[in-house]
Amino acid sequence: MRRWRQRAHRKVRGLSVTLWTLIVPPTTWAGHFLFSYLWAALMCAKVGEFARFPTLFAVGTVVALVIILAAGRIAQIQAHMEGDAAPHDSGTEIDRLRFLAMATLLLAGLSFIGVIFTALPVLFLTDCR
Amino acid sequence: MTAPAAADHLDQNDPAIRAAQEARLREVWKPPSGWFFRWTDVNNNRVGVWYTLTAFAFMLFAGVLALVMRAQLAVPENDLVSANTFNQLFTLHGSMMMFLFAVPMFEAVSIILLPQLLGARDLPFPRLSAFGYWSFLIGGVFVGGSIFFNAAPDGGWFMYPPLTTRTDLSGLGADIWMLGLSFIEVSSVAAAVELIVGVLKCRPPGMRLNLMPLYAWYILVVAVMILFAFPPLIAGDVLFEMERLLGWPFFDAARGGDPLLWQHLFWIFGHPEVYIVFLPSIALFAMLIPTFAQRHLLGYPWIVLAAVGTAFLSFGLWVHHMFATGLPKISLAFFSAASEAVAIPTGIQIFVFIATLWAGRVVWSTPLLYAVGSLAIFTIGGLTGVMVAVAPFDWQAHDTYFIVAHLHYVLIGGTLLPLFGGLYYYWPLVTGKKLSDRIGRIAFWVMFAGANLAFFPMHLSGLAGMPRRVFTYPAELGLGGLNMASTIGAYLFAGGVLLVVIDLALSPARPKGPRNPWNAGTLEWLAHPEDESWGIRSVPLIESRYPIWDQKDFVAKVDEGRFFLPDAEEGRRETIVTSVLDARPIQVARLGTPSVIPMLTAIALGSVFILTTYHLYWLALAGGVATLACVLTWLWTGTAEIPEKPCKAIGRGLTVPLYLSGPSASGWWAMFITMLADATAFSGLVFGYYFYWTIHPDFPPPDAAGPGVFWPVAAIGLTVASWGATVVAREVHARGGVAVARALLRFGVMATLASLAAGLAGPWTTGLDPNSHVYPAIVWVLAIWTAAHAGIGAICQSYTLARSLAGRMTPEYDADLRNITVYMHFLALTALVAYCTIGLFPEVAS
Ligand code: HEM
Ligand SMILES: [Cu+2]
Repeated sequence: MRRWRQRAHRKVRGLSVTLWTLIVPPTTWAGHFLFSYLWAALMCAKVGEFARFPTLFAVGTVVALVIILAAGRIAQIQAHMEGDAAPHDSGTEIDRLRFLAMATLLLAGLSFIGVIFTALPVLFLTDCR
Repeated sequence: MTAPAAADHLDQNDPAIRAAQEARLREVWKPPSGWFFRWTDVNNNRVGVWYTLTAFAFMLFAGVLALVMRAQLAVPENDLVSANTFNQLFTLHGSMMMFLFAVPMFEAVSIILLPQLLGARDLPFPRLSAFGYWSFLIGGVFVGGSIFFNAAPDGGWFMYPPLTTRTDLSGLGADIWMLGLSFIEVSSVAAAVELIVGVLKCRPPGMRLNLMPLYAWYILVVAVMILFAFPPLIAGDVLFEMERLLGWPFFDAARGGDPLLWQHLFWIFGHPEVYIVFLPSIALFAMLIPTFAQRHLLGYPWIVLAAVGTAFLSFGLWVHHMFATGLPKISLAFFSAASEAVAIPTGIQIFVFIATLWAGRVVWSTPLLYAVGSLAIFTIGGLTGVMVAVAPFDWQAHDTYFIVAHLHYVLIGGTLLPLFGGLYYYWPLVTGKKLSDRIGRIAFWVMFAGANLAFFPMHLSGLAGMPRRVFTYPAELGLGGLNMASTIGAYLFAGGVLLVVIDLALSPARPKGPRNPWNAGTLEWLAHPEDESWGIRSVPLIESRYPIWDQKDFVAKVDEGRFFLPDAEEGRRETIVTSVLDARPIQVARLGTPSVIPMLTAIALGSVFILTTYHLYWLALAGGVATLACVLTWLWTGTAEIPEKPCKAIGRGLTVPLYLSGPSASGWWAMFITMLADATAFSGLVFGYYFYWTIHPDFPPPDAAGPGVFWPVAAIGLTVASWGATVVAREVHARGGVAVARALLRFGVMATLASLAAGLAGPWTTGLDPNSHVYPAIVWVLAIWTAAHAGIGAICQSYTLARSLAGRMTPEYDADLRNITVYMHFLALTALVAYCTIGLFPEVAS
């Protein structure tokens, strides 16, 4: 179990980060937001109602949260790699990586809150008025 | 003169060698002179200054309009201006402040600062900046000048239909707004492309992403936002003008349209716009706060989080401007949620600044005063913002002066005052002279008092029931006192602005100051009071976020040409291109030189928009042809030039290529980014189609005859064939198969043109009448948009073929072919979505 975890960590550290991976969490938020908006618009316009807390919406939300959590976890492992001397802002490969990972982690946090915020109204509202 | 040795073998200790290098650089970067030709300059430090001054002038003009309004509103039942004039005043005031001041000012300032911040000689496409500037000037004068002909737009800065689409209710002004501002939107997108590629590809060696000045991060983020925010508005403009000029009923409920579609498209642009004008100010703070705290900014990744987070969330807010339109509450709730969430990153930035000031030794300078004072004002606006993001409160306050108060606190605190702070901070960088600290402080306090006196009472008058956009109000309402206070405050504020203007006017008479007067640590302060046009003497190797503070002998080394590219041996303007993540040098790019082409292109394109306003369609068509000719000349003579040698030594033992193609080249990125904007505009139109589908129980209408399945499917097939031919051509060409590649391109041109015809044949042969109902109209728009893009695709393919035939493109130097392949990817995608929507979706839906 321990060994397996270490191996997984090593793998994760080897993953490459770019500007594109930085925006995975907020893009997931955006996707979920769009999905929610379309879901509500279509339900209300075409079906005329949405049953309280329907499955499709729940599944979409869980998927989004899982993606964000995964991105955040990877970023967390990478952000805590052995770095150069504090405050970790030199122009080295490792500090650049740590920086991108840190920013991704923070974005994952924000996106997580964002998705929850978006999902909450569905718990409280019951119809299309 | 003997040929200078390659940079490697030079001895930078030899003053004679240094002098010779400087002479060459000076010669190469010499600005054009002469009463006309001086305006053909493309160097960022000239164009940026013109741009800034023009935006500043538009701001003053729009401010004067506001003063006239405030004079009218000073007392009840005033008759200084008529209701009609008042409508024009507030519309033009708001539109100019947003489109001709706030956004262009950000781009203008960035065009000046970015190359300095990045230690680059210039941005990657200097001529594009010049084109952007001339478009801005022409469009701005056209829109702003309309008020002198009593023809200014009068529908409010968001121009809601049906008031504005009905030609019997609104005159030429609406067309001037749509077409004039569309033109300016094009130039804004052009500037955004320039800035994005600049940040990603023109950083100095060693400036990895984590060392980038925060201002550059914000520029990147804001420019990307422009890229996704403006195109939906452009799509809206297209629909709007189709309705006004041709009677296609997109927003006309009687014929199946819906005015709400405009509101969606406008606010998908409009809300991000708020952050587009606010984030650059925060960016200025991120530069000046470390300087005056004399320490590194704390929480660098937190600032990046905040910038990127705000950018994303701001696209999920637009409906909060439409709370009062009767959308389902569940939709409102989603947008309300995002509106509250966006407060998080905004708050984080402010806390980071406070923490930095706390941890440093604060120097209380004039720019810092502006920064802190404007944050105070902004915060008040932010608080009322959170209030109106709560839908039930908004239903009370909507369209009252409460909103006017809110938006001005945000805009004055978040855009105007920070820019004045930036002005005091960066004036020495641009002119070599400091502004007066005394006048600056007095002006600040006058403006601070004025803004609060003008706008605080508006909260109260708004809650007491004063609607916005009224030219007068009855005395019985008892709002005379509050309004008088607002008016006095507005004039007081204007007095403060006047003081700043006086300070600026005194500047030429003052002596030059020292270099880096604030003792800042970032790269842009390498600028010398006796500025040379070459931007930077040698491109430094960066090892810290604050190289002037942290790197030993940094300034001297730059000045003595000890870093990269200290020379211009071949007499060419050059800058270094580096890789995106780690800023490894990968190319020396040859830059555009002064030319009239950007100006001519702007004039030609402007004529298309302006002539269309006056319904002079044939002349507008001629303008379109002229624009095409200008663009092709520009590309043919100024881009993807095959260098005289493959590589060049840039000093310190480094040799890099002079030519790149594909995803590592800046031209490829420019194409890719432009196409992202284009695809976003297109998705705005597609959104329209599905929007109509959701609001109508039967859409497409059961009796709709077209466009059938056959032609759309044929158009898809032809586009895909053409796309495939281009991709294969690229691959074969790279392996030396020039003749095959040419044949494939020829085939591609034919296939693209055939797809154009097939695309239009669908609605044409089935006789869809766009005037009758919104369904045929939206089908036609999607078909025309795609066909027009196919036309451009055919031009791209022919152009590339011609380049090959003329020997300007070879398997080794194939940037043109790689760039048009990017275009073809997007064309194929556009065709697929458009024709599936109009051809196949009706089959599925019914
Ligand atoms: C001295 C400074 C200013 C004064 C006195 C002022 C005054 C006004 C007034 C009186 C209105 C019309 C309100 C109404 O009738 O509903 C207005 C609207 C507006 N202002 Fe300002 N303003 C100032 C600065 C600015 C700035 C700096 C910006 C943006 C950067 C701005 C953006 C707007 C916008 C977007 C509107 C809405 C226009 C519309 O209703 O269509 N203003 N302002
Ligand atoms: Cu908003």
